[in-house]
Amino acid sequence: MTASAARAEPAIEVRGLTRRFGAFTAVDDISFDVAAGEVFGFLGANGAGKTTAIRMLIGLLAPTAGTARVAGFDVATQAEQVKRHIGYMSQRFSLYEDLTVRENITLYGGIYGLSDDAIAARTRDLATRLELERELDERVGRLPLGWKQKLAFSVAVLHDPRVVFLDEPTGGVDPMTRRQFWERIYVAAAEGTTVFVTTHHMDEAEYCDRVSIMVDGRIAALGTPAELRARFGVGTMDDVFVRLARPGAAA
Amino acid sequence: MRTLRFLLRKEYLQIFRDRLMVAQLLILPCIQLLILANAATFEVKRAQLVVVDDDRSAASRGLLERFRASGRFELVRPPVSAGAADEAMLRRVAGVILHVPPDFERELVRAHSAPVQLVLDAEDGAAAGVTLGYAQRIVADYASELGATLPRSAARRAPAAALDVRTRGWYNPGLDYRLYMVPGILVELVTIVATLATALSIVREKELGTLEQLNVTPVTRGQFIAAKLIPLWSLGLAALAVGLIVARLAFGVSIRGSVVLVFATASVYLLAALGIGLLVSTIVETQQQAMFVTFFIVLVYLLMSGLFTPVRSMPRWAQWMTQANPMMHYMVIMRAVMIRGAGVREIAQPLAALAALALAVFSLSVLRYAKRSA
Amino acid sequence: MSARATPPRRGAQRTLGAFVRKELHHIVRDRQTLAILLVMPLVQVLLFGYALRTDIHDLRVAIVDPSPDARSVRLRDRLEGTPRFRVVRTATTALALEDLFRRGEADVAVVLPARFGESLGRGEPTEVLLVADASDPNTGTIMQAYVRAALAGFEADVTPQAGGPVRIRVESRMRFNPTLESANLFVPGLIALVLTLVSALMTAISLSREKERGTLEVLLVSPLRPWQIIAGKVLPYLGLGFAITCLVLLAARLAFRVPLRGSALLLLAESVLFTIVSLSLGVLVAARTESQRAAMLGALVGTLMPTALLSGMIFPIASMPGWLQPVTFIVPARWFVVIARGIMLKGTGLAYLWRETLVLTGMAAILLVAATRSFHARLD
Repeated sequence: MTASAARAEPAIEVRGLTRRFGAFTAVDDISFDVAAGEVFGFLGANGAGKTTAIRMLIGLLAPTAGTARVAGFDVATQAEQVKRHIGYMSQRFSLYEDLTVRENITLYGGIYGLSDDAIAARTRDLATRLELERELDERVGRLPLGWKQKLAFSVAVLHDPRVVFLDEPTGGVDPMTRRQFWERIYVAAAEGTTVFVTTHHMDEAEYCDRVSIMVDGRIAALGTPAELRARFGVGTMDDVFVRLARPGAAA
Repeated sequence: MRTLRFLLRKEYLQIFRDRLMVAQLLILPCIQLLILANAATFEVKRAQLVVVDDDRSAASRGLLERFRASGRFELVRPPVSAGAADEAMLRRVAGVILHVPPDFERELVRAHSAPVQLVLDAEDGAAAGVTLGYAQRIVADYASELGATLPRSAARRAPAAALDVRTRGWYNPGLDYRLYMVPGILVELVTIVATLATALSIVREKELGTLEQLNVTPVTRGQFIAAKLIPLWSLGLAALAVGLIVARLAFGVSIRGSVVLVFATASVYLLAALGIGLLVSTIVETQQQAMFVTFFIVLVYLLMSGLFTPVRSMPRWAQWMTQANPMMHYMVIMRAVMIRGAGVREIAQPLAALAALALAVFSLSVLRYAKRSA
Repeated sequence: MSARATPPRRGAQRTLGAFVRKELHHIVRDRQTLAILLVMPLVQVLLFGYALRTDIHDLRVAIVDPSPDARSVRLRDRLEGTPRFRVVRTATTALALEDLFRRGEADVAVVLPARFGESLGRGEPTEVLLVADASDPNTGTIMQAYVRAALAGFEADVTPQAGGPVRIRVESRMRFNPTLESANLFVPGLIALVLTLVSALMTAISLSREKERGTLEVLLVSPLRPWQIIAGKVLPYLGLGFAITCLVLLAARLAFRVPLRGSALLLLAESVLFTIVSLSLGVLVAARTESQRAAMLGALVGTLMPTALLSGMIFPIASMPGWLQPVTFIVPARWFVVIARGIMLKGTGLAYLWRETLVLTGMAAILLVAATRSFHARLD
């Protein structure tokens, strides 16, 4: 592996990324870097262009202009390479509910080219860490929502991706489960995985190393939570967000 | 290849875990065959007959007797007046009115020729046409019988017919309509199972969001399509097998030609059916739409396939259109192999057309699918 | 807030109105489904009117004539000169026949015996074999009759005029549809099919979708009562069905002059009655199934298939086997098809159709109650 070389360059490198749908510009010339091992919060109001940006970064949507490199590969020209090195967890629960926990793990392990032994080892490992031993052969559809989300995250990082994209991963779960979820995120980051996460919960923004806030297709602010709070002279990320996303409300 | 193996395993697991899918696979063929093969017939067993006998002679009573004895007609009430017969038809009590005019017997004796009138309720046109055929045969038989017994005005006996026409109906001497319908119904069945299952299976993943998840993995579109279509392809063949077994057990309809040929041609045809399903999945967003679009396409294909009405009875332009219909070619093949016992040589032409169409439809839909989701 | 101020009944009515509007939006927004619902019946009318016929106008004849002479050639000329006939092969042996039939290149073969002409010249009864491809029994029988008629014509030509056999001429009249236009036959059934599709299938799927997505629960906590929820779901489809019925009637009228001999008002009223029956069936299916796909399958097997196969719209009920005929009594479309054909083709009214109308009314009453109940039970 060229791990050392990869660590030297940013995990995500975005330059002038733009996407237009007809006359509408959803993402307007954004640029930023995310360092390897960083937990990066990608915030913005609904309709600010977050989802469009993510879809370009994970290779589901071609950029109109600009470039983006993820895990060292260009998303426009090397989309297949990008897909090998990223994990993705969408806001809709996207494991197969009619398959068991074990079958889901096996499927995604197989898709990412893990060996049979590796898949078996990961399955055991996951089951112990998530305390899912007894539910391994239970259909995923029967698990409670919080467990499903933890499982979905574990499956997204099953193949040790360099970058994992989390699109509103904690929608609809209780604060306790959310906390446990973030513990898992930190574990993954500590192991060297870059985490790119969008969220609506501003308390979660505080957990990130750095955050960016998107407004109308542009990045309106970028920095550590502490920097942003200081720059806008407010006490919480909540207030930062309201300042930026809804200027009228703050005035 | 390894990825494909995992994807295939997932598809098969999902299919067999899905009780609905299994029901669709096992129950639909049975119900369809049992009902369709029995219901889809234009053969008329018994027509309701009302007679208006204005002659009341030995000859008219004789004719009546022949109608009754034929087993094809049921005399619903004793002879009535013309007005009452009319009323009976409007009330749907009578389907056929036989009107024997006055002087029927006298004309027969005098001129060896007399008219009778048949009125058929043609709101059910197909049935009416067949009933008329039966009636004409009964009347003709009665006439030739009369030729031997009727007192003659002329001394000369009518000469025996010069031609002695013997008829034979090949392949279906018992004129069993089910024998004809079963292969066609099997074609329809395989189409529905394959097309609908393909469209629904892909659109369901779209709706659930699992398709998007797969799209960000290294799974290629080729692998995804192959993993979706191979199981459904085998499912289509399984449905055909179930249908053939039911046909055999319930109706004693068996394959005259080669079983291998039936399944080999089905494999080719399924490419087209799966391709259409794939195509549908690229133009719809919800399962509801998938079902309506599939339903619409299959219905048009079905009507233009010759299942219910012969293709050769269609006007020229419609016949040309059917050439582009893979279902029509497969219908021709299935009937030839199952009923007439045709071999590869005899079905070479429709098979070539089917293979070309299937390949075209399949590659078009795969290309479109790949492009669409790129 | 305003609902609290107004009397409860008017408030409920207003919510119902809003609910109906929401459902209408769903229907109109889904352009694709709407287009199919509108285009499908029109395409069917066109196909049945123009393309689907059962008359045979191209009959391919093969002739086997082992010893050609003047008389057998005359017979061949006769067959070739008959309209609709096309002689595809003339051979001296019957060997190639099997192959010809298997390829599906000939429909009928006329096989003459050896020394056909000689035998006929001596005035002996001469045997002629008529082989037809009877794969399709109806077509086979009709083709045989055509060839027999042609042979009889030949017979009359060659045999000297004698006293003549006894002939009874059958004058037939196809009442209500003299030319057996398939459009005439099919349009009444098509209305039943489309109404079933729109009402039963659409309702079942759209209700079960709300169940699947959980939006039904939202409606449940609203002040709406179960029957109002059902009414809200059902009314827009009733309107849609009504519109499509008119569309089909208009298209059939303009393109094929399909008659409407009886009262249009009565026909539309009966259509509404039938729609109510179908809608109730759709609600029942949705109440008893867990997922959209189950509802689809249920609606397909429970409503659409019986309508297409067991209503008599395509296949005559009289042709069905004895055990199957009573089954058709529970198919609502069976009664509606009788009514629609009666009104359109025969011009009859309630005086003749009261029994069928009564059956449909009874079904509507029972199914409506059952649908509301089952729905209520599911929600508790």
